[in-house]
Amino acid sequence: MTTTTFTDVYMSPRLLAPGGTAADLATHEQRYGPLSYGDPDALLRTVAESGLTGRGGAAFPTYRKLVAVADASRRTGRTPVVVANGAEGEPASRKDKTLLRLSPHLVLDGLQLAARAVGAGEAHLAVEDGASYLESALAQRNDPLNVKVIRLPKRFLSGQASALAQYVSGNAPLPRHQHPPVRERGVRKAPTLVQNVETLAHLALVARYGADWFRSAGTPTQPGSTLCTLHVPGREVRVVEAPFGLPLDRLLPLQGMSAVLVGGYHGTWIPSAGAAQRTLDSGDLGAGVLAALPTTRCGVAETARVLRYLALQSAGQCGPCLNGLPRIASAFQTLAAPGPQGNTRQDVARWSGLVEGRGACHHPDGTVRLVRSALTTFAAELDAHARGLCTATDPTPLLPIPNEAR
Amino acid sequence: MEQQQIDIDWTACQGHGLCAELLPDHITLDEWGYPLVAGTAIPARTVKRARQAASDCPVLALKLRTTGAPL
Repeated sequence: MTTTTFTDVYMSPRLLAPGGTAADLATHEQRYGPLSYGDPDALLRTVAESGLTGRGGAAFPTYRKLVAVADASRRTGRTPVVVANGAEGEPASRKDKTLLRLSPHLVLDGLQLAARAVGAGEAHLAVEDGASYLESALAQRNDPLNVKVIRLPKRFLSGQASALAQYVSGNAPLPRHQHPPVRERGVRKAPTLVQNVETLAHLALVARYGADWFRSAGTPTQPGSTLCTLHVPGREVRVVEAPFGLPLDRLLPLQGMSAVLVGGYHGTWIPSAGAAQRTLDSGDLGAGVLAALPTTRCGVAETARVLRYLALQSAGQCGPCLNGLPRIASAFQTLAAPGPQGNTRQDVARWSGLVEGRGACHHPDGTVRLVRSALTTFAAELDAHARGLCTATDPTPLLPIPNEAR
Repeated sequence: MEQQQIDIDWTACQGHGLCAELLPDHITLDEWGYPLVAGTAIPARTVKRARQAASDCPVLALKLRTTGAPL
């Protein structure tokens, strides 16, 4: 499947090089001007004023993360490590790969700035694909801090911050217990800043043009723009840049759709009538995936496919996730087939309660979020299935699932 | 005021279930044998027993964490 980039549909593009042509260093500098480092404290103040939040899914304030890493470094006397997170393990998301391909130097500028802001002595760029391309982009530059490109295994959880810190440390990419957190004790026990690549690209622009410029897009409480991956049946997958606060129906056609998946496979299904009232909101946008489900498709069957994938992607370390996710996934296979359901829905609800909040990472929590939204959004379809009927007319799988057994 | 709370390292816990025997007022087991921890703080009179439970856990998955401490 190809990805098309429409950079200038919703706003004049900030991050993505126009025309879908990758920007080399000369083009990049011509477009944005040279990068100046300035005083780290001044940069931190500007980032605080900008209101920039993480674009990896959690929307955590970037300023607070930078300060937490710098503070941990002062407390422990250890020099921090910075990791640019381009893992993008979410199968439905393409925005980080697209950004790294079109505007690699914006990300690399941001990585240098973040490293400078926290006083890092080591910088890494972690990606699943395109490592050699990024290595040649790095070779064009004259950076104060050397950057090592890390090739990640393709797994849903590889980009989870503690798993990433483990992998960069030379261990298996598995999530770890969150106390102490990675920002205090991450790569080889050093305070570690793991920052999504899109966040770093925004940082590179905040440093150049300031907080007011950044806030000129978006809303007062959610300033700036964000990259989204749009899935509309019958169209190519698109990566677009849009301001927070933009109505969802400007991004996705809602006519003929029964629901929209907001935020990806750890996200929520919203009925299309509800989606028409919504705007782009960092509270539920996750890493920016928006997928429209036509009325001809079965949302329960789509959710069952995703849940099977998510259960298989569990690292298998934490008992509740190891036991709960396969049971929930298997129950959804039952619910997806029209026929008697017995207590299956109640079982799903109970298991959801048992896995939530009981893991080293948020994989169980995100999975439960999807499950609960499916139970609500597709309640009528579930009732129809219980009566032996599926209202969908097109059984073709819709959402992208890697290596799916058919 | 500083309070102690039970914290489970889920990557370590193997569901031995000893903690539920030692701290029945705070820990029960789910249907797969993993601890379900009451969200409440450990009262002062139980802290010693909770420390014992932490050191008795065969895989040291149970920890006591001071709440209000930086995350």
